[in-house]
Amino acid sequence: MSIDHDHSTDLLEQVNHALNNAIALRIQGGNSKALLGRPVQGEVLDTRSHRGIVSYDPTELVLTARAGTPLADIEAALEEKGQMLPFEPPHFGPDATLGGAIASGLSGPRRPWAGSARDHVLGTRLITGHGKLLRFGGEVMKNVAGYDLSRLLAGSFGCLGVLAEVSLKVLPKPRTCVSLKLQMGAAEALCELAEWGQQPLPISAACHDSEHLYLRLEGGEGSVKSACQRLGGERIDSRYWTQLREHRLPFFASEQPLWRLSLPNSSPCLDLPGEQLLDWGGAQRWLLSAAPAEEIRQVVAAAGGHATRYGAHETPFQPLPALLLRYHQNLKKQLDPQGIFNPGRLYAEV
Amino acid sequence: MNILYDERVDGALPNVDKPRLLGKLRQALPDLEILHSAEDLRPYECDGLSAYRVVPLLVVLPERLEQVQTLLRLCHAEQVPVVARGAGTGLSGGALPLEKGILLVMARFNRIIEVNPEGRFARVQPGVRNLAISQAAAPHGLYYAPDPSSQIACSIGGNVAENAGGVHCLKYGLTVHNLLRVDILTVEGEHLTLGSDALDSPGFDLLALFTGSEGMLGIVTEVTVKLLPKPQVARVLLASFDSVEQAGRAVADIIGAGIIPGGLEMMDNLSIRAAEDFIHAGYPVDAAAMLLCELDGVEADVREDCERVDAVLRQAGASDVRLARDEAERVRFWAGRKNAFPAVGRISPDYYCMDGTIPRRELPAVLRGIEELSGQFGLRVANVFHAGDGNMHPLILFDANQPGELERAEALGAKILELCVAVGGSITGEHGVGREKINQMCAQFSSEEITLFHAVKHAFDPQGLLNPGKNIPTLHRCAEFGSMHIHQGKLPFPDLERF
Repeated sequence: MSIDHDHSTDLLEQVNHALNNAIALRIQGGNSKALLGRPVQGEVLDTRSHRGIVSYDPTELVLTARAGTPLADIEAALEEKGQMLPFEPPHFGPDATLGGAIASGLSGPRRPWAGSARDHVLGTRLITGHGKLLRFGGEVMKNVAGYDLSRLLAGSFGCLGVLAEVSLKVLPKPRTCVSLKLQMGAAEALCELAEWGQQPLPISAACHDSEHLYLRLEGGEGSVKSACQRLGGERIDSRYWTQLREHRLPFFASEQPLWRLSLPNSSPCLDLPGEQLLDWGGAQRWLLSAAPAEEIRQVVAAAGGHATRYGAHETPFQPLPALLLRYHQNLKKQLDPQGIFNPGRLYAEV
Repeated sequence: MNILYDERVDGALPNVDKPRLLGKLRQALPDLEILHSAEDLRPYECDGLSAYRVVPLLVVLPERLEQVQTLLRLCHAEQVPVVARGAGTGLSGGALPLEKGILLVMARFNRIIEVNPEGRFARVQPGVRNLAISQAAAPHGLYYAPDPSSQIACSIGGNVAENAGGVHCLKYGLTVHNLLRVDILTVEGEHLTLGSDALDSPGFDLLALFTGSEGMLGIVTEVTVKLLPKPQVARVLLASFDSVEQAGRAVADIIGAGIIPGGLEMMDNLSIRAAEDFIHAGYPVDAAAMLLCELDGVEADVREDCERVDAVLRQAGASDVRLARDEAERVRFWAGRKNAFPAVGRISPDYYCMDGTIPRRELPAVLRGIEELSGQFGLRVANVFHAGDGNMHPLILFDANQPGELERAEALGAKILELCVAVGGSITGEHGVGREKINQMCAQFSSEEITLFHAVKHAFDPQGLLNPGKNIPTLHRCAEFGSMHIHQGKLPFPDLERF
């Protein structure tokens, strides 16, 4: 018997009950993204009973699944047809669900070249703060009717409603994939990456630890082969990128607080206390540092970026300018007037 | 049902005393160019959807952001609606003026602020033309990917407002996928930065929400776009088919083979013949349908993919497959497609361009449906189709000088869009809702969904002063529209008062 079920009515009922009784809800799938965001006090709304792939047609490049579907199931279904989620969502545990992947909006190593989780969202079904199950976007690549609520929900951490179903754009897996390791310092690596970024090279991941630049090349045989010849270095196992995505590299095995720094493409090395690992060709950097949050955020903001603290913290996300915060509050008030969805998960004021 | 702003169903607009407003504007903004006489206002009465014309109350042509800011503050204080406009090339009437509103023309903000090859971005003012960005990036081997067919003239601010597309969307995405950051002024004239120079930013993804919001949530004042390395080579294959079904299957087979073409376009026989007569591109005039498949990237991969696609096309039953021999032939193959609209314009006094999207598998059924509707309404329809991403552009041929033909063309267009919705598609893939598809929004969305759209609007512009009447219909309009389109014997919006 299949365990895939449409349980949207139950979810909707729980939301309506919460609305009628002024109960805050903590929306949760596999709870694998609990390491991000502020703690939420509230009744758990567990999405995992609402699961299953609703439709998947490889020739349309669209997959629709219920929010509680395990990410691993989706990836297995795609793998079977030689396709993939191009944004490589981090799982952070075996129980990760599609809903959590989209609500957290996280993307893996391919992000700068293939786009983010948000970029691949085509449509959603959403349980709203008015107790309705509504549909936005759709299952087509291009759709500009009405406001783009579906993409707004990506990365909203459940603060604007309950994601019940998501339609995603998927892509064929590249025919060839080779991973390389080159010995060079961080400054040199950033220089090279800025140069290579302007050329049609088939790079699909680039990471630098203190000594080596790791590259993944993906594409047709010809382009990957010629890029390999040009770049040199030593071949490595492509599972390296999964280890990086899942924070399973030795770098992450640390007691130091973990920070994610999001920076403009061509940012130089940042002088911050602690250890750094460069990802996304330098646009995402992992920092292990006990430095005060204000200091880290100041340095990163001056470089045009923002810093996110992983793990328990009072302000995990970079505070917003006052005016921008006001519009966040306005939006929250309009879409979740009673403030029942993950209150405070993003910011105390939202 | 008429699409022009109708206060009875679209909501009352504040009455503005024009001389008084003009006086206030001149006092607050002595160096702002303001157009107010009938003959000066006339050129601004429409955008690219020229069948609909409204003379605006006033037109303002600011050159500095402080002027826009002061203007917005003043309009907010005085409760004057503001319609923003860029180059005015939009095809859905998104910049259609209001009799009771100011038309804010952003075209003079046409400076490219920075092209940064290392950071792979360009920072530009909203009036910069789409193509001008790629031209400025070209010396660095970079370009801006979205290429709406109006790219010579359309401005990036409008591209953001409409989430413009083009022929390369399947591989390279829409405008929303190619933006880093957009700076806006709110209805109250406050400056907000959405997105950032980094790949993401903290908080809600307001950049995604804002893109395609049709000037309803704020005014674009600066845009930072991503630049991509120009593909080394691009090659194009032209395939002829004896039936539209076969061509549709071939598209699915190409994608099923794991190939994502840079562009994948389909034309039906009427468009093929019209384009061939006009451009002499060497199109197969006897074919029921043809596909143009462009593969771009690194030389070795493209060569390999061309062979693969050639085999797939022949397997799918193509009667002829030709690879453009050289760049000149490639450009000629594309010229026919890119000039399909004006080509159709030569065989008919007027044509009306639709913009629905469908899941690709529905193509044969939808084309059959269009053919039936075409017969019913007695108007010819030529079909061009961004086959890769499911975006159709049926062109309805009519003669506006024949009484009733425009109305028939509109009614046929509405039916085609409703057909797209019925098969799981959308009423607009890239042109936007504007005023043109305001009624069809009621077919695509329920009253509750429309209510949520209004809630979003309320978060940014509670008084509804920015581009009123565009993009999202009122429930009253839907109720009236619905009363003409009763589905399954049930009247939608039963709780609403009927007019």
